[in-house]
Amino acid sequence: MFVSINWIKDYVDLEGVDIRKLIESFTLATAEVEDIIVKGADVENVVVGEILSVENHPNSKKLHLLKVDAGSKVCNIVCGAPNVAVGQKVALALAGGRVCGGEIKVATVAGYESEGMCCSEKELGISEDNSGIMELDHSLANGTSIKDIFPIDDIIFEVDNKSLTNRPDLWGHYGIARELAALAGRELKPLELGDLSYDGDEKVDVKIGREDLVYRYSCIKMDNITKNKSPLDMRIRLYYCGMRGINLLADVTNYIMLEIGQPTHAFAGDSIENIVVTTPKEKTTFKTLDGVERVIDEETLMICNGDTHVGIAGIMGGLDSEIVENTGSVVLESANFDGVSIRKSSSRLGHRTDASARYEKMLDPELTLDAVGRFVKLVKDIDSGARVASKLTDEYVRKYPEISLSFDKKYVDRYTGIDISDEQINKTLTALGFAVDYADGNFNVKVPSWRATKDVTIKADIIEEITRIYGYDNFMISTTRSPLKPVRMSQGKSEDYEVKDILVKKYSFNEVHSYLWCDGKKYKKLGIEVEDNVKVLNIENSENGVLRNSMIPTLLVTASENKDYAETFGIFEIGRVVNGTKADGTCGEEKHLGAVLYSKAMSEKALYFKGVEIVNCIVELIKQKKAEYTKIEAIHNWQHPKNTARVCVDGKAIGVINTLYPSNLAKLDKNAAVVCIEIDMDALAAVNADKIAFAEPSTQQATYYDLSLVVPEGVRYSSIEASWNSLGISELESVRIIDTYDKGDLKSITVRLNFSSHERTLEMEEVQAWIDKVIENLAKIGVTLRA
Amino acid sequence: MIEKTANLSNLFKEKAAAAASSAELEQLRIEFLGKKGYVAELMNDLRNIPNEQKKEAGQLINEVKKFIESEIQNRNREILKAEELRLVEQAESYDESMPVDINSGSYHPITLVQREVEEIFKTMGFAVEDYYEITDDYNCFEALNIPKHHPARDMQDTYYLSTGQLLKTHTSAAQNTILRKYAKNLEQGNPIRAIFPGRCFRNEKIDACHENTFFQMEGIMVDKDISISNLIYFMKTMLSEVFQQDITVRLRPGFFPFVEPGFELDIQCTICKGKGCPSCKDSGWLELCPCGMIHPNVLTAAGIDPEKYIGFAFGLGMTRLAMMTYGVKDIRVFNSGSLKALSQFTEKSFTVPEESKEA
Repeated sequence: MFVSINWIKDYVDLEGVDIRKLIESFTLATAEVEDIIVKGADVENVVVGEILSVENHPNSKKLHLLKVDAGSKVCNIVCGAPNVAVGQKVALALAGGRVCGGEIKVATVAGYESEGMCCSEKELGISEDNSGIMELDHSLANGTSIKDIFPIDDIIFEVDNKSLTNRPDLWGHYGIARELAALAGRELKPLELGDLSYDGDEKVDVKIGREDLVYRYSCIKMDNITKNKSPLDMRIRLYYCGMRGINLLADVTNYIMLEIGQPTHAFAGDSIENIVVTTPKEKTTFKTLDGVERVIDEETLMICNGDTHVGIAGIMGGLDSEIVENTGSVVLESANFDGVSIRKSSSRLGHRTDASARYEKMLDPELTLDAVGRFVKLVKDIDSGARVASKLTDEYVRKYPEISLSFDKKYVDRYTGIDISDEQINKTLTALGFAVDYADGNFNVKVPSWRATKDVTIKADIIEEITRIYGYDNFMISTTRSPLKPVRMSQGKSEDYEVKDILVKKYSFNEVHSYLWCDGKKYKKLGIEVEDNVKVLNIENSENGVLRNSMIPTLLVTASENKDYAETFGIFEIGRVVNGTKADGTCGEEKHLGAVLYSKAMSEKALYFKGVEIVNCIVELIKQKKAEYTKIEAIHNWQHPKNTARVCVDGKAIGVINTLYPSNLAKLDKNAAVVCIEIDMDALAAVNADKIAFAEPSTQQATYYDLSLVVPEGVRYSSIEASWNSLGISELESVRIIDTYDKGDLKSITVRLNFSSHERTLEMEEVQAWIDKVIENLAKIGVTLRA
Repeated sequence: MIEKTANLSNLFKEKAAAAASSAELEQLRIEFLGKKGYVAELMNDLRNIPNEQKKEAGQLINEVKKFIESEIQNRNREILKAEELRLVEQAESYDESMPVDINSGSYHPITLVQREVEEIFKTMGFAVEDYYEITDDYNCFEALNIPKHHPARDMQDTYYLSTGQLLKTHTSAAQNTILRKYAKNLEQGNPIRAIFPGRCFRNEKIDACHENTFFQMEGIMVDKDISISNLIYFMKTMLSEVFQQDITVRLRPGFFPFVEPGFELDIQCTICKGKGCPSCKDSGWLELCPCGMIHPNVLTAAGIDPEKYIGFAFGLGMTRLAMMTYGVKDIRVFNSGSLKALSQFTEKSFTVPEESKEA
């Protein structure tokens, strides 16, 4: 919103106030100022001139040669405007001066010297009108500076509309003036209102059909309006504040909206019989004054003239009741509608206006009469013949409750942490319009109507009023007196970081982020189907609306998009997946680690064992436990039926490791191996970590025994391992695979069993006895010694 | 005998000087001091010497023996020394500037920034909490004093799910849960201090400055006497740590339904120090954290009596902070999965880039 300092000065005496500093303090105390624009700086040395003579230019049909009396001298002017006449008073920019187009110099135009320029409104920066030169009033004295006549000099500041969302009172100059008055310590002058008295019996009949959507509807009729153009100083203000001059009545209603924030609407007076404010019984169409035909539904509040729709309440009037010139009489609507209803209607219509934007903020219903009073005053000031032609109609169907709040200084001190004096609290609140009743350190304040629609409702709201005017920059800052207690990461967070560290630092993985929903198009390229799951209802691309139930597919997409990054790489993400819905119908949200290993250099088998190593390392380093693996059937189509295994710790499933189904792998990369790991981070976090069990290293001589084993198809190492683990030999310190051999039918491994004892050097005979038992056990599962 | 021993000494000196290795020296030792060596020969000669001269001759032989022994040691030392020098001389001098692949992994920039900020808050006594990405109307809006008809609840801002739930639009959605979790601590005289970083979602068109998926961090502190003065103190201290320099902050009124009073906290532009530059759009200030005193209705909704307890809350845009910290200009980098971009974030701890420190 644009604010004119000239306009503010109507209501606050700013003599001697540093305007820039005041605007800065407005940013800090009230709302953010985005820009400060100095108006009139481009206009210099422009005076009132009188055209003494007009001659046609001999060589041009468009140009005229003028003699213009500029007060101090008569100037020769070459002018291209169509509307020149002898006796006309014009705005003459003299050589050495400036207008918005640039500097004015003595120049030769088509062979004739021109000592200045007659200006259009646009050239003075006060409107878009460039159709001809500006015609001035005949009473003005030649040579008078144009800036002494019209308020061309002004400072405009633009307030960020978003920061005014909760301040309905700041959507007009008067509310801003109240803030600036409080900040500058000056008084706010009252609004000048017109006399509404009327002796006749005429009264506009108003019926409110939907009392739930209307707070107040005030209206009055005026007639005998003969002028149809608003005065230039009014139009300059409108223009500087971002609006266009249209005609007198439209300009006055816009002016009032910019002045006090209250939108009003002027209906052609003769056409209005009786007004009904209600919603239509069925869907219909309506042509608004911008010429657009709009669909009106049953929840959109309409203004009707009898049975005919004449306006969409709070949004826009209709084309058919638009005030065109020479209307003569007018019915002014000044109403207050329910903000939520207006917002919703305007959003359904896809049409937001200056009026609807203001109603959305919950305007003060007390404003409707101020607007009527201002309208009568402004119209009469401009057109002295205009008169009030009806009694005031004022249907005040709903009122906001009056709000009184009580608090004491202690309450303020506790909130602020500093000492703001009773006197200052009193002064601030009074300046902002609060009625303050103060006795013995207790405050009882009545919230002014313009702040009571939603903005200030509780004691804490008062704190803001006091502190923002006090100034946050003036606060002494201090730490709290609260006791300090040791804190811990919540469960799960430290595991997340440990996993990240292991993957990044030990295994050189790269961490990536991806979206919570599936990208159907990208999945398709890898032959991955989007599995049924909870959906986002209102996502732009509906193909992406299904939430992911696994971290892996998106990571596969990412791996595929990074094929050129390196021969071998690993990527991971710790993120959320949704595992369908729970018994109560809500999402089964889980936090998962997804990791994908990709390699063009390693075999799938080697990469798979790298994956197993990583999982084992995570479980060992974080929980000091051993991961166990069980082959399972593929859960998702993209998993390999043979190489998909469940990872368990303490018998509880924590994740899955797998290779890809051949066709998916082929689509990703024919020449690479890919291994996927997915771990449920909550399940991992829930595992009880073992304490590190320290064993004193043996000082006795250790011994080892190598066994080369022939392993039949289908026998897993875990069962081979059981053949010695089941014996419970405490002297068996460790077992290591030292060789594997895998050719054709023969699959063989060589294991080294290391024995040692704390008490003695082991005898060959006892070791041999253990080995014999191991071999006996191995034979039971069909494992024999290699010849 | 005098002559013989002297000759023997000279002979040894000559031969020892010529010996080039420890092995040759060992040969000399055997030649001179061995069982059949020169010294042994002299000892044998002793038998033929008159008794009265034997003592003197014996001494002479002993002396020459000792001389040879010590010479062998000296010479051996010299030889070893020379050998070492030769090895050093022959050794290759390695070129450390040769490229080596450290094969370093990388953290996501959000992880780096988040971790850094978490560390700062941990040292100030804040617990670090986690929260869901999927929540409901109550937690995301109602418990935060956001009325039913508030524009934030409109479809255009919030992603709604087929389960009737929604994707959290801000980390404030965790406030109710976390306040409840710690409410009982208040009664025991322990303040609530917690931060909760998380991923948030808003229905927005994606471009260089907008993402529908982004990270925030929320922080709260509640106790008997928490004031605006404390809020400014904590924000200033935290941000000075984050940016590793003394940060000037300013508060402006800001409206958020879950705080009262609510503020927009600006920091003085770290690049131009408030003079105005393109980064701060010539204002000298950067809008960074929305914050405020927790609204009494929010405390009440979490079962905390607002007459007894008071607190502040703040939000910090982690994605935005990561962009500022690393000079990332296009927000889409974060969710791109592009390893060319993301593999650059290898440091565990982040630092403010030099260019943003300079004027």
